[in-house]
Amino acid sequence: MELNAITIGFVVFTIFTLGGGFGVVTTRNLFQGTIWLMVSLFGVAGYFILLSAPFLAAVQILVYIGAIAILITFAVMLTRSVTRIKERYIRIVPSFIGSLLLFLILLFGVTVPIFGSHLPESAPQYVASTRDLGMALVDENGYVVPFLLASVLLTAAMIGAIFIARDEKAKGG
Amino acid sequence: MAPLWMYLAVAAALFSLGVFGVLARRNAVAILMSVELMLNAVNINLVAFWRYSETSTDLLLNGYAFTAFVLIVAAAEAAVGLAIIITVYRNRRSVIPEEAVALKG
Repeated sequence: MELNAITIGFVVFTIFTLGGGFGVVTTRNLFQGTIWLMVSLFGVAGYFILLSAPFLAAVQILVYIGAIAILITFAVMLTRSVTRIKERYIRIVPSFIGSLLLFLILLFGVTVPIFGSHLPESAPQYVASTRDLGMALVDENGYVVPFLLASVLLTAAMIGAIFIARDEKAKGG
Repeated sequence: MAPLWMYLAVAAALFSLGVFGVLARRNAVAILMSVELMLNAVNINLVAFWRYSETSTDLLLNGYAFTAFVLIVAAAEAAVGLAIIITVYRNRRSVIPEEAVALKG
């Protein structure tokens, strides 16, 4: 693996992703936790660029960092006033041991070829473009049914979120 | 390009961080943030397998399109989850999941 722009990008985005994730699970101040979450999501967007999926990187920035992280920031601010949580963690030791074991098992699984064939070292030259994805999303032999179902799901989730979070005492039912 | 197993190793580390956060954090908002980390690890895996699979020459976009759908479901999950957390907070003045025991038998 030679030292070039892609390698440097991989290292930088790895630092972003894992460092941000570490900040999310360890930080005491949840507001800083949302900032770490944005850093981690930005690193994942960089991976999408490296994996030649620029559309997903743009969606990751817009939807995750632009919408979900801001939504979580609002939730942190709305719930922090009477927050009386002294300690950050509950049952930290078994959780740490369990997640460490899970990581080691997963790492063993992806690095040691148990089931015969090795994982590919290099990607094929040809790669589908964003135009191909757009055509496939509205193609009747492609993904048009899940595409429409996803829009229905989003609408139902938004209506449900508004209905759940509505303040009944303030509005009088 | 970096070999496939490096992407998978990073995704495994991110997923384990998310699992630790879900199991160990006390604040419900922090748990939801850890769930987002886990979803992102899954997305890295899906896109990496799609990119490195030989079938991408046949314009099979399964991994690519599925990642887009995972993003949509994650957005819906975050909206509904935060609405539930805010409602529980409003009724109980608490964001600790262990204290929301009204449905406990």
